[in-house]
Parts: sequence; structure tokens; C-alpha cells
Amino acid sequence: MTNIAAAAAPSAEAAALPTRLAKGFVDRLVIIIPYLWLLFFFLVPFIIVFKISLSATAISMPPYTPVLDFTDGISGFFAGFRELNFDNYTWLTQDALYFNAYVTSLIIAAISTVLTLIVGYPIAYGMARAPATIRPTLLMLVILPFWTSFLIRVYAWIGILKPEGLLNQVLLSLHLISQPLVILNTYTAIFIGIVYSYLPFMVLPLYSSLEKMDYSLIEAAQDLGCPPIGAFWKITFPLSLPGVIAGCLLVFIPAVGEFVIPDLLGGSQTLMIGKTLWNEFFANRDWPVSSAVAVILLLVLTVPIMFFQQAQAKAQEQGK
Amino acid sequence: MKSLGSIRRDFAPWNDPSAKPYIQFDKVTKRFGDFTAVNNLSLAIFEREFFALLGASGCGKSTLLRMLAGFEEPTAGRILLDGQDLRGIPPYKRPVNMMFQSYALFPHMTVEKNIAFGLKQEGMPAADTEKRVAEMLRLVKLEQFAKRKPHQLSGGQRQRVALARSVAKRPKVLLLDEPLGALDKKLREETQFELMDLQQELGLTFVVVTHDQEEAMTMADRIAIMDKGEVMQVATPAEIYEAPTSRFVAHFVGNVNMFEGKVAERAANRTRITGATGAQIVVENAAETANGADIIFAIRPEKIRVSSKKPVDAVNALEGEVYDVAYLGDMTVYHIRLDDGQMVRASALNAARVTEDPLTWNDRAWVSFRPDAGVVLTR
Repeated sequence: MTNIAAAAAPSAEAAALPTRLAKGFVDRLVIIIPYLWLLFFFLVPFIIVFKISLSATAISMPPYTPVLDFTDGISGFFAGFRELNFDNYTWLTQDALYFNAYVTSLIIAAISTVLTLIVGYPIAYGMARAPATIRPTLLMLVILPFWTSFLIRVYAWIGILKPEGLLNQVLLSLHLISQPLVILNTYTAIFIGIVYSYLPFMVLPLYSSLEKMDYSLIEAAQDLGCPPIGAFWKITFPLSLPGVIAGCLLVFIPAVGEFVIPDLLGGSQTLMIGKTLWNEFFANRDWPVSSAVAVILLLVLTVPIMFFQQAQAKAQEQGK
Repeated sequence: MKSLGSIRRDFAPWNDPSAKPYIQFDKVTKRFGDFTAVNNLSLAIFEREFFALLGASGCGKSTLLRMLAGFEEPTAGRILLDGQDLRGIPPYKRPVNMMFQSYALFPHMTVEKNIAFGLKQEGMPAADTEKRVAEMLRLVKLEQFAKRKPHQLSGGQRQRVALARSVAKRPKVLLLDEPLGALDKKLREETQFELMDLQQELGLTFVVVTHDQEEAMTMADRIAIMDKGEVMQVATPAEIYEAPTSRFVAHFVGNVNMFEGKVAERAANRTRITGATGAQIVVENAAETANGADIIFAIRPEKIRVSSKKPVDAVNALEGEVYDVAYLGDMTVYHIRLDDGQMVRASALNAARVTEDPLTWNDRAWVSFRPDAGVVLTR
């Protein structure tokens, strides 16, 4: 043992080098894993979808052409590339249905996001100001709905909202209304469904940003002559903005492409891009067009978020 | 009566019976559940006074400050500010401002906006606000940092922003909660004097909460020593140090030696005390004690002289052995174990570079002190 120590001592520098390399490798490995994940489960599928969107419909298996494979050798593989074109994207601009569906989806998602924020903020605020001992319980209650299938919970809303459903029965028996309210199969039902389903995604980031806020800031604002409501808008709300933004993105992005809620609660009349996509894919069996719809949807959502993040990074550099 | 070495300006409204207190705590009690933070406390603070609440953590000093600011309401009793009962007045309507221990600077606002916050709340016109903010920035020497955000400032700069923000509205009273607690020692000493200058310049009443006795002694006109929700003594720093009225206060501020004993003999102005082991000491200032009463004679280390031979002219001289010596540069601290077993701490100023009477471990030594060098305590 002693001679090992003696040998190591003078060459501590040299001994440290492999360790450092190993450490660098481990560090990199940690980053590589999520990158590999994204590569295989996001980028590769996206490339496949993008390729399909450039193909043409065909009555075959799979239902599009060309199929890039090596049955005709390498030259056949590259010959397939020449058949790819942007016809499906042109088609999307020619039928107003798609444009309307995109716009309606964005509007519905935006309104739902604002509604979720309005409902979620007081909940998150109440949780953050609750005694520290009951906060874990409250947090648990917010997460609890996830333990039941999303689909089942949305179905449950049909039972509540339908003309002879729970809500109408209660309101009728209380004589608050004389006619059953028509909520199911309207946009209102979609809003209710989205707000209900995505509420935890709004509450959790809001809670985490409100919870770490120093309460003495509010006291300082009051001490300087600001009444509580003013202190909320001037101090609490601006400081919770990162949580507000994170929550809104977490609700808005999935809500734009939402399919289950408009399909179950919105009825056949509602036009949302998720439903359009589903129809193209399963009803029309038009994989190329539905792929094009998906690619455009991704662009519509990604580009603004990228700009937003860039702006935020810049703001952060300039000093929060 | 001789002066207790007060170095303050000629300002002592507390000795003037006609002076009206500016802030008055009148039998104030504050309970949090079962815990009594402030217990039936009465206290008067005068206008333009620099008043310090000194005590260990949990003694109720911060609660007192928070009640003055309006963040807590007293469970019982009244708090008067300039004759007005503050009960029920919310913090945002009170003419007091507070500088928070954490500074509580708004992280999303620039230095300028932080300072302007209070002024905007009271609806000051923009031009006046701008002028006042500039004035405040000049006062705390942060002109070139106006556009910075708090996280881009050093601890000392943040402290000054917090100070500027809290005085910008020219409050009747400025409350400071451990204002220098987060600064390092050197900066703290500098800032103490800056705070005193600022208080003089603005003519405000300052109430500062601190657990640092040196800080309180340096800055305050008067100090209230608090313990377990009660005020133990309110006096000038010199009085607190030289004439503590209780064992707690004597112990809390500075170092002290306590001789326990019984009053053996009382003369006109001298009292002889017999210690538990029979040692005799003679003291002055024991006016209110009866023969046979148990008392404590408290004396500060620097008032005890240490010598290798028995001093010829000393009234009180006790023999012992040097137990420990600590050379601190400006002074030397001796721990002497008297022959009756009591430990005495004595400090000698190293006025000369060479000591004529060097003492070291285990040397025989005499401690001596004048009869008026300490105080007699009965509690």
C-alpha cells in the first residue's frame, strides 16, 4: 500500500488527468442521454412524418408513395426522392377548412389558457400562502386527478354537462333555470373541458414561483404606502410572471392540438385542428395530408415559442 | 453626581419631565398562540431620538418593531405615535417606514424605481419624485447605480438602497430591523457612522432593532435592553454599561465580574461586603441596601488593576494566581483565580510598549479596585 501511495504522490498531476477525462465523459454522458432520447423519439419520427407529408396518397400499404426503401437498390432509394414534393402543403392553403381549423384552434386554446390562468392563479396563491404543514396535502390534491384516466374524466363531464345531466338537474331543482342549459356540444363545453383537464399544469408552475417569493416584499410595499391589492399587481404578479408564462405554455401548446376534448365535449360542429388531423388520418386515410397538417401545427407552435425564449434569454442577460 | 462619561450631543428629552414622548408603548402585550412575545411593556421614545432595542433573538424586539409598523396588532395595550392611537391603522397608512433585515428590495425594479415606489404611492408628481430620488441617490452615494437592478449590486450597496427607499418618504419614524446584520465587520462599522450622520441630517426619529451590543452602543441615544418580552433597562449607552440595574443587563452588555456577598456594615457612603468565603470588599453606591442583605457587586474588567505586589494604597485588594493571560495587542486580559476560588477577569490597557510588571501563568498576583469602580445590584 505504501509504495502505491509513494508512486502516486509525485505524479498527482498525471493521475488526475484520466480521472478528469473520465469525469468529463460522465458529464457528457448525462447530457447525451436526453439528446439521444430526443433524437430517436422526436427527431427521427419527425423526419418520417415530414417525409410522408411530401409524399402522395396511394391505395396501398402503407397508403402513400414513394416508399423509400432498398428493394430497387440504392439508385431506387434516391429515385424516390425525386417524387417528393410540396403538393400537400399547397393543398392546405387551397381549402379554407384547414386555415379555419388552425385559427379556431389557436383562439380556443388562447381563451382556454386565459380562463385556466384566472382559475388557477387564486388556487396557486392560496396554496403558496397556506400554512407550510398543509401545503404537501394541497399539492397532492392538485395532482390527484392524474391518478384517473384522462379519457374517463373527460367522459365524466358528458354526464355532468348533458341536457339531462347532473348540472342541469341541480339547477332545475333549485329553480335557477326553467329550461335545461345546452352546454354539451358547444364551445363552452370545450372551454370547461380544457380548463378542467389542464388546471394542474397551470397551478404547479404558478405555485412554485409564488411559493419562493419573499413575503417581506409585500410587507415592504405596504409599508411604503401601497394597499394590498396594489401590492399584488405591482409586486406579486410581476414576480410570478415566469410561473405565469410557464403555466400558459404548458396549457396553450397541448390545447391547440387537443383532440379528445373537442371530440367528446364539442360535438361534430366544432372545428379544431386536432380533430381535422384525426379525420384526415382515420376517416380519409390520407396520411400525407394529415402529416402536412401536423408539420404545420408544429411550426405554428414552435416558431413563436423559440422567439419568445430568445427574447427571454436576452432579457435575462440584461439583468432579469 | 459625576457624569457617566456621556459623549452624546446635548440631547436628553427623557430627563425633561415636560417633554412629550413621540412614540409611546402603553402596557403592550402581544401573544402568538401560547407564546407571549411582548409582555405588558411600556416604553417612551422621543422625537429625533436614535433609539435601539437590544436583545437576544426571541426577546420580542422585532415584534415590537412590527407592531409599530402595523404588521402585527397588539393583543392588549396601546401604541401612540405623536399622540395618535395606531390601533387599526393598516401599515400602508402609517407615517412610519421600515428598513427590512432582508432589505426586501423589489427584484424586478431598478434602484431608481425601488426608491420612487413609496413616493408614487402617495401620488407625488413625477418631477418632484425624480428630484427626490436623485437627492436620495446622492445621499447614499449610489448615483451611478440608478439603473441597476438589486441583484447587480453588492451587499453594502443593497443596504444603502433599502435605506434610501425607506427614508425617501420622509417618514415621521424610521424603523430599522437589524440594518447592518448582513454586512461584514468593516463595512458595518463604517455604516454605523453613516446612519448616525443620516439621522442627524434628516432629523428623523430612528428605532433600530439589533442583537449587536456594539452597534447599539455606537449609534443609539438610548438603548432598551429586552429579555423575554420585557424591558430590563432603558438608558444611555454609558449608563447601561456603567450603571446596569440588574444582573441580566450587566451580563448582557460587555464583560463583568460579579462578587456575591452580604452587606456587613454600612457607613455614610461606604458599605462593607462579606463574600461567601469571608473575603471583604468595600464599595460605594450601595444606598438602598440593608444590613445582611444579599447583594452582588458587579465590576467591569478594565476597572480592575492587576499587580504582582500588594498595592499599598488600595482599599480593595484580593490575592490569587494568574490562571490565563491573553495578549490582544491594545490590551491584555488576565484571568486570575482568587484564593477563595473565584475567577476574576481583568483587562489592562497596553499604554506603554514595555510592561514594568510582567505577569505570566501561575504567578501570584493581586487584583485591586476602587470602591466606586463597580455597582451594587440587588436583582
